This record gives sequence, structure tokens and C-alpha cells, in this order.
Amino acid sequence: MTAHASPPAHASPPAPDRRGRRPGAGFLARHLLRLLLSLTVLVVASFAMIHLIPGDPLRQMLGPSAPKALVDQRRAQLGLDQPLVVQFAHYVRHLCTGDLGTSFFSSEPVSEIIRQGLPNTLALALLATLVALAVAIPLGMWSAVRAHHGRGRRTDTVFATLTGAAVAVPEYLYGLALLLVLALGAHLLPPAGLTGPSSYVLPVLSLAIAPAAMIARLARVETLRELDTDYMRLARAKRLPPWRTYAVHLLPNTLTATLTMGGLLLSGLVTGSVLVENVFAWPGLGLRTVESITQKDYPVAQAMILVYGALVLVINFLVDVALGVLDPTSTLSAGPKEA
Amino acid sequence: MRRLLRTPAGLVGTTLVAALLVLAVVAPWIWGSDATRINPAQIGQGSSAAHLLGTDALGRDLLARTLVATRLTLGLAALATGIGTAAGIVLGALPSLLPRGWGRCVVAAVDILVAFPALLLAMFTAVVTGLGGRGAVLGIGVALAPTFARLTHTLTASVAGSDYIAAARMLRVPRHRVLTRHVLPNIAEPLILNLAQSMGAALLGLSAMSFLGMGVQAPSYDWGRLLNDAFGHVYVTPSVVVAPAVAVTLAGLGFMLLGDAFAAAAARTIDPVGDAVLPDLPKAAAPADPDAVLEIRDLTVAFPGGVTPVRQVSLTVRPGEIVGVVGESGSGKSMTAAAIGDIVPHPGLVGSSRSRLCGVDLDTLTPAARRKLLGSCLAMVFQDPTSSLNPALRVGGQLAEVATLHAGATRAQARARAVERLDRVHIKHPEHVIRQYPHELSGGMRQRAVIAMGLMGTPRLIIADEPTTALDVTVQREVLRVLREVVDESAAGALFISHDIAVVGELCDRVAVMYAGRVVEELPAADLAADARHPYTRALIGSLPDMATDRSAPLTTIPGRQPAPGDVPTGCAFADRCALTTARCATRPRLVRDGQHAVACWEVS
Repeated sequence: MTAHASPPAHASPPAPDRRGRRPGAGFLARHLLRLLLSLTVLVVASFAMIHLIPGDPLRQMLGPSAPKALVDQRRAQLGLDQPLVVQFAHYVRHLCTGDLGTSFFSSEPVSEIIRQGLPNTLALALLATLVALAVAIPLGMWSAVRAHHGRGRRTDTVFATLTGAAVAVPEYLYGLALLLVLALGAHLLPPAGLTGPSSYVLPVLSLAIAPAAMIARLARVETLRELDTDYMRLARAKRLPPWRTYAVHLLPNTLTATLTMGGLLLSGLVTGSVLVENVFAWPGLGLRTVESITQKDYPVAQAMILVYGALVLVINFLVDVALGVLDPTSTLSAGPKEA
Repeated sequence: MRRLLRTPAGLVGTTLVAALLVLAVVAPWIWGSDATRINPAQIGQGSSAAHLLGTDALGRDLLARTLVATRLTLGLAALATGIGTAAGIVLGALPSLLPRGWGRCVVAAVDILVAFPALLLAMFTAVVTGLGGRGAVLGIGVALAPTFARLTHTLTASVAGSDYIAAARMLRVPRHRVLTRHVLPNIAEPLILNLAQSMGAALLGLSAMSFLGMGVQAPSYDWGRLLNDAFGHVYVTPSVVVAPAVAVTLAGLGFMLLGDAFAAAAARTIDPVGDAVLPDLPKAAAPADPDAVLEIRDLTVAFPGGVTPVRQVSLTVRPGEIVGVVGESGSGKSMTAAAIGDIVPHPGLVGSSRSRLCGVDLDTLTPAARRKLLGSCLAMVFQDPTSSLNPALRVGGQLAEVATLHAGATRAQARARAVERLDRVHIKHPEHVIRQYPHELSGGMRQRAVIAMGLMGTPRLIIADEPTTALDVTVQREVLRVLREVVDESAAGALFISHDIAVVGELCDRVAVMYAGRVVEELPAADLAADARHPYTRALIGSLPDMATDRSAPLTTIPGRQPAPGDVPTGCAFADRCALTTARCATRPRLVRDGQHAVACWEVS
């Protein structure tokens, strides 16, 4: 029970609107600390990556036939002949100034590769998340409402089977199927690259299908749970039109879990896009990442792992904070809690 | 096992996985030579009679290669799953073995690792170990480990609280022995169930790695590698990707379905049987009461399996009157309220020989007209004000929507009315409260807000289902006073449902006592103390402590237990607990009316 509302005497002046207040500083600090800790682990891991490679990474990169002088020269160039502590200090200092090294093969600065690829990768992941949420939430709610009324036992089975199957198929196979049918078969959409808005359709679709199925399942479970609450009984007893009962009374209460899931899926989509980008030759980070790993272009590979890892961590952090701010009764926030 | 095959999904999953296992064993023997035979005359062809799914860049048969690759694909997936499971179980069990501080570090590390997508961890490992099957297996194994660790840790923690672990601890059994002897055997089942799903995940992950060129390298080939090879020719002969893509899809589906079926078989859920059946109800004979705001005759609610929580209940509420319905939990009083409000949950059925609200026969109305009548004429107040206000919406909005939707008021009018109604239920600063969220109000304020919500229309009937049970005593009085005031001022009727016969006696004009789904006595509230006749009513009153009760003696209780709604005897339901029972009680007594008083008992009427 909140402190300011003390029955039966309500002589106290109106309390300030709690809604307007930000979640407590403690909540934010806790999540920031966690983010910083994870980022530190990530930086150390990406630094350690080159040193964990068994044998001589330079040899691996340049091949067994390269002359020793070249190998040593490249080693000095990378600073790999220095003591580990010095190397790490260099690494962190360069990171702070946005210098992520240069590619071994193309001599491009890695920061330039990221500047070109990152927006395209993010656009893909964000669009796919939005499409998945927009399709899945109404679908899940609709299925739950039908099930709750005891109607549509067949719809239920179809829903469970389809969403279950959709989750089990990886995104790059959707990509392949869509590519075969819509791009190479029917010539409806461009098969590769980014040449215009229509280029987005196939990659976004292939990324969105599995998450949409997952979100729809979750939205269904959440809706079924909320449908049994007293306030939904009361909303029904008030005889509101169905759309209002579901859109205004039910939806906000199912959103917390659904959006959390959406946020988590978004960070999964960021890496899932690696595969889809390779199917559609999408000019994002994924294409360069795979290229750098198969070519043993270690500076690029190192930076890509770092960037993807940091993206995942930051997205998770933002989702947590957003939920803390949005949900007035969230246990995450330091706001008033119900016993 | 039989349970696995019972559902179609389980059957399909088991069949698919079994077929894959058989293929993994036999395919290399049967198609091994076809899969490696190089044919320069048939390079990169599409489907033909000789090569059903085409050939690759060296003219090798793709169908044969896909079938043969089953062994390597499944083998690598099994290896990765093994690595992930072993590492995960160790990581998950460590916190319960290590000193507390170190254990927490492990948990934190797992938490950080879980956040990273599997593909990222696998790519990291692939860089470190170099390209090839070994690196990919290690990578996917490492990627599976955090999930298993989390699962093991959660399961261990839940088992750790149990009595037998506490007993083992008290006997000073060493911690590693507690883990191996007591904890692991008890969490093995869910871990094993998780294996099928992990196998699927590992297979998909490895295929993805190989598809990207970071997994199995030529001349070895798994499905992912075949996809990678074929993808180079997809623009020329698109059909070459079909065989390995279908194989990966089927395997993914098979393991997923099998995992689901495992989980479902372990959960052993019981489905409700059959549909609800309503008994035949008599036609109402007596003429309808024109004044009553509510008149129901023979109201019955039935659920599947012969469960009938409400049996032929008849109630009449007149304007300005509060009728109490009292009984223990399970007597059907709340279900009666739900049936009148038309919110009985599925799959319950409601029937009656007459149900009239505000002088209108509900059975003659169309669903839309019925909704309109119930929405404007009836207000409901539930037991727990915490849960009956929507936590996501402001109080004002929840009140105002009744007026805007049913009475066609503008937003400003609705808002003004909400303020006025809140004021009427004695909520201070109503213009401030409407902007607040339910969790900012106290319990008493919330319940009065719910009553105010009921008053937003012009209700002729208020149904209050245990409105004060969740509140403390001082707040209770306030809510009851508001309810009485509202009924007196608006000449609405009220149905007040409670298990508390003292509160009912104080507040109500008339009282109906329910037992096992039936009304057993109906009498003016004033007569409760002096003139209650049914043995059950008298026992309820007798069990009330008052100031004169000897506090050293135990509280009076009614011996025995009310029969469950699916298990009510044909005779008098109270006979088993009654001191007056005779042979006649084997037949059910009818409710016999005597002026204001009605009672269903052979011995007292």
C-alpha cells in the first residue's frame, strides 16, 4: 500500500503524481553497472581473441609460404610484439578514440566499414522487429480470445502447429525459400543488394517470420492469463464493446512481457541478420563479418565481434530501462509497489 | 513412450527423428559411392531422371550427398550438444559447490553469457580455433552451455529448498555428495527433456555455421556445407539448394516437435471432459413481479462433468432494497452473481425459467440489446479492489468510459460525472484522483472507486460480490455506508454477497442463505437473530462470537464439510452435518414460503 494514502483519514493534500517521476536512481545505476561490467568482459574477450589463437596468428593470416621478414613486419605493425599489458592499453586507448584498426586485406579503416554497414544492419533488424510485433500481437490476442470463449478448437491446433513449426525453421532458410520463389521464380522482388525500398521486403520478411511466431505464442499466453483477471471480468461486466475491452483494457497489461520478448528478439535479430545478409548480399556488417572470419582478417573480425556484442548488450539495457520507465507498477522500478 | 505418440505432433516428431537416425546409420553404405562419384558430363544440372534433385559443380548427385550428409550433420550436432550439456551442468552446479562469493561470480558470468546470441559465441570460437568442423562444434557447444547452466542452476535452487536436502544438510552430508546423490537425480528429467530441443538448436546452429563457410570444410560435407556449395549456383540453377534446405528444415522441425512432445508428456495435463449439460427446468408459473429490479427463477449454472454450482436459485430484488446472499465458500453465491451479470466463464452454461432485469425479460432480448441493458442497468463490484481496477489505465478513464460508451456523453461530461461520482462515494480530491493510477490509491479508496464506476450509468441493480472481504474492518464500514447511501438515494436495488452473516444482518433488508448451490432459507434481516429456522442458518449465527462469548472456550464450528458442487446428494445437502436429521431428509425438502419467510427443511417448516 502506498505511503501517502492512509485510510480512513484522507486529510493529506494530493500527493504528487508518481507517474511523472523517473524510476529511482538505484534502478538505473544497477542496470548501468551491469552494462559496464558486461562491456568490460566483452572488450577483454575481443582483445584476448587474437591471443587465444593457437600457434602464430600472423602465420595463419599470411599463410605458410610468406617470408619471415614480412610476418615480423606485420607483427610489429599490429603491435603484437609488445608486452600484453602495453598491447591492452593501446587497444583500450584506440577504442576510446573510435580507432578500431585497419583491415589486413583491403587496408580500409575498420571504423569506416562499420560506418557503412551498421545503418543497413540496424535498419534490417529494427524493421523486422516492428513487422513481427505488428503482426504477432493481434494474432496472438485473437487466438487467445477465441480459445477463452471456447470457440475454435481447430483454430487453436492450427495456431499451435503453425507457430511451432515457424519457430523451428532458421531465418536463412526462409531467406532461401523467399529468394527462390519471389525473386528468382516470380521475379517480383530484387534478389540481392540494396537498390531501393523493395530490396527491404525479402530480408525483413525472412528475419521476421520466426520472431513473429514466438511473439504470437507469448501474446496468446499473456492474453489468456489476463482474460481471467478481475479487472477484465469487470470490463466485461461494464459491457464495453469488444474492441475496447481488448485494445484498451487488455493490451496494455500484456505488453510488458511481450515487449520484453520483442527486445530480446531484437538483439537476437541483430546477429540473425548475419545469415540473412549473406543470403541477400545485403550491404551490412554481416557480410563483412563472415568475410573477415573466413579470410582470417583478424582486426576486422575482432572489431565485428565487439560491435555485435556491444549492440546486443546496449539493446538489452535499453529494453530494461524502457520497461522500467513505461510500466507504472514494474517491479524493476523503484516506484511504489503493491504488496 | 505411448504418450509421445498420442498427439499428431508427437507422432510426426518421433517419426522424423527416428527416420533421421536410421538414415544416419544406413545412408553412407547405400548411397556412399553415388555421393562421391564425379561426373564431368553432368556438372551443375537441375532435376533429371538420373539425378532427381540435380548435381553439384563436380557432377555429383545432390540427393545422395544430402542423404549421406545426415550422418555427419547429426554426429556433429550430438557432439556439440554433449559439450554444451556437460559444460552447462558443471557451470550450473558449481554455485552450489563453491563458497558463496565464488558461486555468485559463476552465476553472474552465466548471466552475462546468456545475453549473447549463440551465433556470436560460435563465431568467436570459430575465430579462435580456426575454421572447420571442430571449431564449429566447439563454438556451438559453448553457445549451448549458458542456457543449460541457467536451467541447471534454477532447478538445483528449487530442489535445494526441499525437505530431503535440508535433512541431508543436517546430517552433515558433504556438499558434493548432496549434489550427486540428491540433487542431480531429481533434476535429471527436465534436463534430459531439454536434450531434444538442444539437439535441434545445435543442428541448426552448425548448419548455419557451415552455410556461412565457417563450419565443415571440403572435402567433408554436412547439410550446411552442401547449402554453401549450392548457394554459389543459386542464380543459375535455383533448384540445387532444395535438397539440403529441406533436410535442415525437416530435422529442425522433427527435434522441435519431439522436444514439445517430451515436455507435454512430462506435464501430463488433464483435459476437461465433455460439455456442460443443463438439467430440465420447469416453466415459471407465477406472474412476473412488475416492480422488481431483478427477478430470477430457477437459476442454474452447470459445468462439464456434472458439476452444478448453482441449483434452481430464485431471488427477487425490489427498488431501494439490499438483499444479502450468504453462505460458505463453494455454496454457489459468487457463481449466482456471475450468472446474473452474464459473465460465467467458459465452458459453464446458465439457465433459468425466468430472468428479468429492470422489468425486461432478458431471454427475449437480442445479444446487443442485452448488452446495452446490462451495461446501463447493472453495476458490479468484486471482492478484490486491487485486481478489479485495470493497473495500466488511469482511474478517471476507467470511470469515464462507461458514460462515453453507454450514455453517449462527451469526454468533458464524462469527466465531470466521474469527479461527481467519486465525490459521492466520499473520495477526497476527486479531480486529482481521476488522474491517478489504481496502485496509487489505498484499498478502501479503490473499492469506493469501483462502486463509483458502477454509478457512472444509472444502475437499477448493484451486485456486490464480497466487496469488503479484502479490506480491513474500519475501511469495511466506510464502503458499506457508501453502498447503503447509494441504494437509499438512487432507489436502486442491491444484491450483497458475503460469507459474513454479521455484516449481512447489519446491512441488508432481506437475506438468502445458500448451501451447496441452493437457497435454504430466505428471511427479513431483522429476523436473523431471533427467528432463523433452518439448522444451517442457526449454526452460522451460533458460530458468531460476540462480546458475551467465553473466550477461553474454542470457537463454535459446524462439524463436517459442505459437499462439492459435483457431488451433491439427492436428499437434503445439509443432512450429514445436521443434528435434526431424520429419515425424511433423504428426500430433498422444497423451499416452503410463509409470508416473508421461506425455509427448506422438513423438520422446522
